[in-house]
Formats: sequence, structure tokens, C-alpha cells
Amino acid sequence: MHGKCFSLNRLFAGQLPCKGSQIKTHQKMRKMKAITLFFVAGIMAVSFFGCGGGEGSRNGAETRSERSSGRIDILGAGASFPAPLITAMADEYRGVTNNRVTVNYQSIGSGGGIRQFVEQTIMFGMTEAFLSDEVMKDVESSTGGRAFNMPITLADVVATYNLPGIDKGLVFSADVLVDIYMGRITRWNDSAIADLNPGKNLPSLPITVVHRSDGSGTTNIWTSYFSRVSDEWRERVGFGTSVSWPVGIGGNGNEGVAGAVMNTPGAIGYNSLSYALLNDMAFGSVVNASGNIIEPSFEATTEAANIELPDDTRILFTNTPAEYGYPIAGFAWMLVYENLDNNNAISNRRQAEELVRFLIWSITEGQELSESLGYARLPGAAVERNIAMIGEVKWEGEMIGKELLQVVL
Amino acid sequence: MQNQHTTGSIAEKPVSIIYRWLGDRIFLTVVVALGLSIILLAGAMAWVLTGESGMALKEFGVIGFLTGTTWDPGVQFRFGALPFIAGTLITSVLALAIAFYPAVAVAIFIAEYAPRWLGYIIENLVHLIAAVPSVVIGIWGIFVFAPWMRDTFYFPLYEWAANHQPSLLPVLGSPIGYGMATAIIILALMIIPFTTALTRDAIRQVPKEQREAARALGATKWEMIRMAVIPYSRGGIMAGAILSFGRAIGETMAVAMLIGNNNNFPFSVMGPAATMPSVIVNEFREAVGNLHLSSLMAIGLVLFVISLIVNLIAAYVTRKLSITGGQSI
Repeated sequence: MHGKCFSLNRLFAGQLPCKGSQIKTHQKMRKMKAITLFFVAGIMAVSFFGCGGGEGSRNGAETRSERSSGRIDILGAGASFPAPLITAMADEYRGVTNNRVTVNYQSIGSGGGIRQFVEQTIMFGMTEAFLSDEVMKDVESSTGGRAFNMPITLADVVATYNLPGIDKGLVFSADVLVDIYMGRITRWNDSAIADLNPGKNLPSLPITVVHRSDGSGTTNIWTSYFSRVSDEWRERVGFGTSVSWPVGIGGNGNEGVAGAVMNTPGAIGYNSLSYALLNDMAFGSVVNASGNIIEPSFEATTEAANIELPDDTRILFTNTPAEYGYPIAGFAWMLVYENLDNNNAISNRRQAEELVRFLIWSITEGQELSESLGYARLPGAAVERNIAMIGEVKWEGEMIGKELLQVVL
Repeated sequence: MQNQHTTGSIAEKPVSIIYRWLGDRIFLTVVVALGLSIILLAGAMAWVLTGESGMALKEFGVIGFLTGTTWDPGVQFRFGALPFIAGTLITSVLALAIAFYPAVAVAIFIAEYAPRWLGYIIENLVHLIAAVPSVVIGIWGIFVFAPWMRDTFYFPLYEWAANHQPSLLPVLGSPIGYGMATAIIILALMIIPFTTALTRDAIRQVPKEQREAARALGATKWEMIRMAVIPYSRGGIMAGAILSFGRAIGETMAVAMLIGNNNNFPFSVMGPAATMPSVIVNEFREAVGNLHLSSLMAIGLVLFVISLIVNLIAAYVTRKLSITGGQSI
């Protein structure tokens, strides 16, 4: 404090001799101004790099270290739901490659992931809603190749509830869930619920409906299930990462919904299975399309996706036809260009190859990490489709995907 | 003699160029550049918001967007901002109405009545509330305050209404605990520190002579405060209130966590509602559709404009209400 005052005093005191010689030519003053401006620009530049973490500085470091030790950064961004899995995969993969490849994943949301992918600022995107036909077409016209949606993991959504005395095993059907979320079933002892749960002592509590208030892939899966099983829901509410809910309160994030459910006796909400397990929440089983009562589990989720998949895997398989599949589940996709050389975020062939290698690893060995982190494994059908897509990835027309698949597998 | 000697020796010492005029130039340039950058920043924000919201405003029209009551990103893809504008204004105005008098009272107590040590403690505690991150207040609200409000007030009130005055039920809304009323009370709690701090500053600036004159005329302490202190500081007090209002308008996290987030207009007293910042923070991250995103940007633009207006009003009121009418004495 003292030192600052002192130097400021000196600064202002220094003005005095200057005033005396103010007749100095304009030119000199201007020169000084230019110099000070230069200083300011310098300060600003320093502060910008310091603050932003420095895209530029990183790129610089990358090219430098690439030359010396062959290190590669793979940059991806997108959905927050699979972020813990991708981060764990990245850690594991760095070990697998002896610190050669670092995967840097930023959890910015599916919408952001798609945007950054289309704007080509990242090497791969991540989303819980597959690319629309419109975006697919745009990508095809701008890069001359397709955008691949590669399933990387599965998301499962369970109905969580807070009923004093019933902390496990309530059974719901599609119609009951839709009616609750439509606001038609308003009490827990409604005959529709009671019929599914013989022997359970259902209280006459009012049902408090809780949904996600933030746009999320969880909502996308939950509402797509409702749209599949109810025409009325499809026409009135539809499905998406956010919808216009007929009733209920919105909680922000998995934790917001969980907080509201756990604090409100008689509440029903929806959470991802891993979140419900971690927080010891009560969740219900659901009657699937084949009429079987399915208790949510990672195996049942994997089973749900083990169906006939389209080549581009752009499918919502809620209300799955799989006989023992859990009906409220969906993919999270990794987005990759067919022509990697046309993605501005990838600057050379080595980066492209390392990206493909990581892709192959993450759908095969990387899947081992799934259960311990609360994710379901990819089913065989999805891995097959992924391998077919990776086989078509190109760099300047060369089929690097196919080459690498032959080397690795 | 000694004195003369020292001044002489200082004058003889050559002064580095930086202490003569170069330092001043550098300082000036830095200050001017930083000052201008604020203007540029505000301009850049307005520019981006206007550009990005163009699609939604073209689709629905400015008036159509401002008065539209449907927010449906699922089926119709129609977006109207009225529920959120109403939600923001209702919560902020009521929060200010609740917070204003207690805040002014606390400020008067700190500045005029409390012994120095007590005033100091209270002042620091008030500042502490201001320093608590809003997400922490939100968590406290979710787990402690909202359930408590539900059990103590909302449920009994709802039951009373159900038994005696069923026509009130739609107005009251569902007594879940997460809704408009809870959000308003939490908002009021969050803006009290701001109003208090600014009011106290305004009161402290009242010249001693004003108080002495009032006392000399035989005023009691309360009369002195009412006749001399408050009129003199009313400009500052009002400006403080309006700035707190601006903060209430922009408050995002705590509100989003507690308001229940329901976009269906009209809202009810205890039932879930939504505000402009809450819908942006909720839906922006995962908004995939272009029109949806553009509509959220347009809400951001509306919020920007409203905040701007509030700040302009604050500046105007301070000038109008201050005892000197904005002229320096």
C-alpha cells in the first residue's frame, strides 16, 4: 500500500518538469503515444493468454512437442452425461499409449457438442440426440463426406420415487407413467397403479411430478419413450432435450430432480440409473413392450440395444422390441467426420490416425470401464455397426480406418 | 538550515524519465484503453445478442415474441417470452418490496443507533450474506428452506383453502415448496445486503451540519433521521433499491434451483414458475434446434434491455431525488 502511494506520488510529481517543457513537438508526443499503446497491447495480450488458458499457446506447444516426442492431443466436446466415462477412458488411454495420446474432453452439453462439431473446432463431438437429417445434409455438402454417429455408451433412465414405506420394487407400466406425467393420475392409490402392484400398501398421497428443468439427454430419452407409447403425448408434448411439460416442477440437473424427489413425500421423478444407484434412491421396474416386468440394470439396458440397428445407428430404441430389454434407454453418440482431412480441427494425418485408434479402443477395450462407472456396455450389434463406420473413415481419400482396423483388431 | 539542505539535494538528483512524463502517458493510455473497452464490451454483447436472436424475432415478430405465451420446444416449435418476462418482473418487484424496508431499517440501525462494535458486526454479517455464492443459497433452499416452507406454510394454507375457499386453489397453486413464493423470499434475502450497504453509504454521506441543525431545532433522534437524514439521502437509497432490483432481475442460479421451472403461463402463487435467466440457464446447454437457441438468445436480449433500462432509471432517480438535484455544491 505504502509503496504504491509512493510511486504514484512520484508519477504525479514527475508531471511538473514535463509541464515546463510542454512546447515539445507534437511528433515526439505522438511517438510516445505509439509506444505506450504498444505497451498496452502487450499487457492485454499477456492477460488474454493468461486468462483463456490459450488455445493458441496450446497449439504452439502441441506442434513443438509433436516434433520432439510425438505427443498428440485429441480434442473432443459435448454431452455431459457420458463425460465421466470419457474422462476415465482418456486417463486409461493415456496409460495404454505411454502418455503419447491425451484425450481432452470438455463437457459442454449435447447442443454445444453438435455446434462445435459442425463448426469444426473439435476432432470429435458427443451427443445424446443424434444428428438431424438437416445437419447430416449440411455436413455432407460442406465436407463431401458423411458425419458418423457412433454409439459409445448407453443412457438408461429410471423412474425414481419417494413413498414412505415402499422403498423398492414398485412396478409401472407405460400407460401409468404417461398418465402420471399428463396429470391424470394424481394419487398414489389410484387403481391403475394398485393393479400393477398387488400386495403393496399404496398411500393416498398426492403425486408430485418432478422433471428436469435443464435441457438434457435424459429428458430426451424419457419423453421419446412417452412419445413411442402414447399418441396423445406425441401430439401434445413431443420429445426433445426440453419440452413443454403439462404438469410438475422442474429440478436443475440430476441432482435437482433427486433433491426435489427425496425431499417431497409422494414425488416421482426420473434419473439416470447410475445416479439413482449412487444416491440410494427408490426406483421402479417397468413393463416393457413384450409384457415382461424389467428391473432396471446395466444388463437390461445393454439387452435393449441389442436389436436390429440401422447402418448409421441413428435410432431411438425406447420401448425396445428386445424381449428382456429395459424400455427407457438410449445411445450416446460420438460424432466423427467421414473425411477427417476436411475437419479443420485435425491438422495432420497422425492426429487423424490417433483419433481413429482411440475410437476403436473406446468401443472395444474401453468398454471394460463401463460398469464400474455406472454405464451400460455397448451391445454387440452396436459395436459391429461402429466397426463398419470406422472402416469408412478416410484421410485425403485413403481408407485409414480400414488400415488401422486391420492393424489393431 | 537542515531543511534547505535536503530540498536542495533532492532537486539536484536526476529524476528517471518514467517519473517525469512518460509514466503519466502510460497511465493515461492504459486507463483510457480500459475505460473504452467497457463500452466496446457492452456494444459487443448487444451486437451478438441482436444478431443471434434475429431468427426468432423474424419468425414470431418482436411483438409476437414479447407477448407469446407458448414455449414449446417439443412439438409446435413456438416460442414466446411473456411467461418469463412476467416471472422475472413479478419475482423481482415482490422481492424488492419485501426486502426494501427491512434493509433500510438495518442500515439506519447500523449507521445511527448501534454502538460502533455492534454496527461493525452486523455490517460484516450482512456483507457475508452477500458473499455467499447463489448456488450455495440454492442448495440450502432445496434441502432446508423449501421443505420447511412447505410444511409450515404452504401445506396448511393449501388445506385451509381446500376446506374453506376452494376458489382460491388455482391461484395458490400446488404446495410443493418449489415455486414462485419460495423464489421471491430467497431473492429478497439475497438483495437485502445490497440495499443495506448502499443505504448505509448514503446515510453516512449526510453532512454533520444537517444533523446538528435538526438537533438544534429540538428534534428527537427519530425526528432528526426522518427530517434531516432520510430526505438528504433518499437519492442514494432509491438508487440502491433500484440496483438491488437489477440484481434480482439477473439472479440466475438460486432462482432456477427453487422456482420449480414451469413454463406454463399463467403462474400461481406457490406453484412452479420460471424467469428469463432461469430458462436460459436451464435450456441453453442442450438446445439443439436453431429456432430454440435463437429464442433463448432473444430472451437474453430482452433481459439485457430491461437491465439497461433499470440502470438508466437508477441513474435518473439518483440525480432527481438527491437534495442538490444532481448539481455539485
